[in-house]
Amino acid sequence: MSDKHAKHQSKYTVDRMIPGAFDGETVTRRRFMTGTVHTAGAISAGAFALPAIAFALGPIFKAPPHRWETVGTIDMFTDTNYTPVVLTTTPGIGEVGKTTVYVRKFNPEIDTDAYDRGTPYIAISNRCAHLGCPVRWVDAAERFICPCHGGVYDLLGKRVGGPPVRPLDRFYSRVVGEDVQLGPRFSVNSELRRFSPRDPGEPLDGLGQYLYPSRPDARI
Amino acid sequence: MPKLPKLPAPPLPSALKERPPRPGENGAADPIEAAQEAGITVVDWIDERTSLSGAARWMMFRKVPKGTNWFYTLGSATMFAFLSQAVTGVFLAMYYRPDPTGGAYESIRYVTNDVFLGQFVRGMHKWGSSVMVILVFLHMGRTFFFGAYKYPRELNWVIGVVLLILTMVMSFTGYLLPFDQRAYWATIVGVNINGTGPLIGPYLSDFLRGGPEFGATTLSRFYAIHMLLVPGLIAAMIGAHLYLVAKLGTTAPPWTKAQKPAELRKAEV
Repeated sequence: MSDKHAKHQSKYTVDRMIPGAFDGETVTRRRFMTGTVHTAGAISAGAFALPAIAFALGPIFKAPPHRWETVGTIDMFTDTNYTPVVLTTTPGIGEVGKTTVYVRKFNPEIDTDAYDRGTPYIAISNRCAHLGCPVRWVDAAERFICPCHGGVYDLLGKRVGGPPVRPLDRFYSRVVGEDVQLGPRFSVNSELRRFSPRDPGEPLDGLGQYLYPSRPDARI
Repeated sequence: MPKLPKLPAPPLPSALKERPPRPGENGAADPIEAAQEAGITVVDWIDERTSLSGAARWMMFRKVPKGTNWFYTLGSATMFAFLSQAVTGVFLAMYYRPDPTGGAYESIRYVTNDVFLGQFVRGMHKWGSSVMVILVFLHMGRTFFFGAYKYPRELNWVIGVVLLILTMVMSFTGYLLPFDQRAYWATIVGVNINGTGPLIGPYLSDFLRGGPEFGATTLSRFYAIHMLLVPGLIAAMIGAHLYLVAKLGTTAPPWTKAQKPAELRKAEV
């Protein structure tokens, strides 16, 4: 035993009288082995748990590819009334992946909002902005009406009554030759400013756009 | 003449005690006698190697307070509702196909219309889920109104609330599985209600659907949560809940008056 250790007694070994430890040893073999085993255990548990969690959470971060689908020809649609078309939002799962879209040709006298300029067609999703029930266009009332909780929207899809928190969602549109094509969905606030698609029930005016941020799997 | 209480026999000195037979000393017993005691022999064999009878006694033969009544059975009733759901659910899973293109609805139609007793088993599962939710709330109400959530039973209340939430998750995920119009739209609305929670709501919705829209894997996701993830959690939580009930004992009803120790001693004799 050297003089240095005689002066400076370790509190880990002598006081606790750990057998088999060298005098002055701060990290005993027992502590070292315990730490090693715990670390190895944590690494192997993580090796199981992390991939499993990532597997379950993966779809949140993966954006599905953009699709453009032909829904009709240009002579099918007028600029004064809506024509319902069926659009596939998720291919390969049959009826469940389809949704109804109300399409109308852009009319400069009706669609006066600045954000709509340059849009060839106004394509309004039938997904209610309250909780996602299917709204229908009622010709006589010139309103979109939701059967579930009484949401009412005007010709532009803006809310005029009931619980919805923002106007109806829309789809991008383009004309290819004679065909009218619809693309990805987008959401709008009460001034028809465009946002990446939000789920129903999520307001986009004021603080809403920050409380309900755009999700990585639904960015356009 | 008044009957005297029977006193325990005085302990014998060990020298006078009969020596117990060593294992295998008895040799071959009378076969009929052995057959008659086969059940006891099997239980003894297991108990000798596991000492489970002590745990079973600890769990089953507990002292309960005076005034314990039928309201105290609501917890067990809830557990048996869960067990019934588990058993019928296992058998329904033998026929169910989580296929969103029509297979799911078709498999449920097949169970309901064509399988022998299928309608009965599916009915038990369907109505049993409502029974379980009702029983959970009655049990919770009993605990609340009897003040049985107070010290030292707060943790058991917390576990109970977790079990209530898990039961709700079961109801929500199970509702989609028949995959008819009602199931589909109820799930759409339910997921969107969930999405209205600020900041994390949208991400939680994406997790539930497995993507930004109701997609190809949403149904199988709900199915996996409904029949694998949550039942395991519920079973584990019921285990913890029951352990604490046995450990802490049950409460007397609030209308029972406290007894003085002297009265208690008299009552025991």
